[in-house]
Amino acid sequence: MSIFGFFTRTRTAPVARERLQLLLAHERALSGKSDLAAILQEEILAVIAKHIAIDREKVKVKLDRDGTISTLEIDIEMPEAVALKN
Amino acid sequence: MSKVLVVTSGKGGVGKTTSSAALGAALAQAGKNVVVVDFDVGLRNLDLIMGAERRVVFDLVNVVQGDAKLAQALIRDKRVETLSLLPASQTRDKDALTPEGVERVIDELREKFDWIVCDSPAGIERGATLAMRHADMAVVVTNPEVSSVRDSDRIIGLLDSKTARAEAGETIEKHLLLTRYDATRAARGEMLKVEDVLEILAIPLLGIIPDSEDVLKASNVGCPVTLHNPLSGPARAYAEAARRLLGETIAVTMPVEKKSLMSRWFGRSVA
Repeated sequence: MSIFGFFTRTRTAPVARERLQLLLAHERALSGKSDLAAILQEEILAVIAKHIAIDREKVKVKLDRDGTISTLEIDIEMPEAVALKN
Repeated sequence: MSKVLVVTSGKGGVGKTTSSAALGAALAQAGKNVVVVDFDVGLRNLDLIMGAERRVVFDLVNVVQGDAKLAQALIRDKRVETLSLLPASQTRDKDALTPEGVERVIDELREKFDWIVCDSPAGIERGATLAMRHADMAVVVTNPEVSSVRDSDRIIGLLDSKTARAEAGETIEKHLLLTRYDATRAARGEMLKVEDVLEILAIPLLGIIPDSEDVLKASNVGCPVTLHNPLSGPARAYAEAARRLLGETIAVTMPVEKKSLMSRWFGRSVA
């Protein structure tokens, strides 16, 4: 730590503590189960693939966690109407 | 009755081997018959920390596979009569350990020793799960740092689900050993405090080992820190932790490393 740093201390430990508490609450809930986001993604894609030909390369999955809520965003690019099955 | 103690952490480099050697030596100095067992097959280091690297002939893998008798592989410490080491193999990998073989060796060790201290490798794979498999109690070594705390939480989950005791519906005693702690930095809000880590991991505190140059000095010469400089901060903290393992009730004191004003201002910074 430089002399300059001595006068401009930032308390980073509370940030570490908060990040850990949030993260571990989620990880403990998931322990023993396989990755929920991965399962949901697979099953949702399977349902859609029954009706529409989808390009797996063009599927975007975004998982975000904030406090008490989690959001799972699955972005699927629909091909031109031609791909409709049946 | 003998006790099997696993020293584990998940994360590497937090002080499992240092703590295994220091606690093992302290327990032996208290008059107990102690063996420290290195489970880090392929990356053994407990022999080096204990100063027995030139005396290794047979190892844990030889005994597990029946190529050597247990008595042939055990190395008696030259400083403390009641302390022995069972080294790991340096040339094999962790697949050389079988669950049945490890169980047989642990059962045999239980007949000879009061304390069997298992030094776990880092990670959560075979070596680590076999090291904790037959444990009666666990010391979870944690640094006051986010990745170490997260990995310790994962290890605590494994201790509660994958050990023989857990599978039999019994509980496994778990103790937190906070290592590399710098009370000054924690007071400044730069490092997680003892209370923070305790609240997050929610297991009882076995001891706080101060971040100290004495640990490196002891490992340089191959001597457990409790034997090398018994008056140093870490040695005293480990000795007290060992007494707590033996059932004594001693208040955990906050280690304050005495530093000069100069070193406090211009001392090395840890990123």
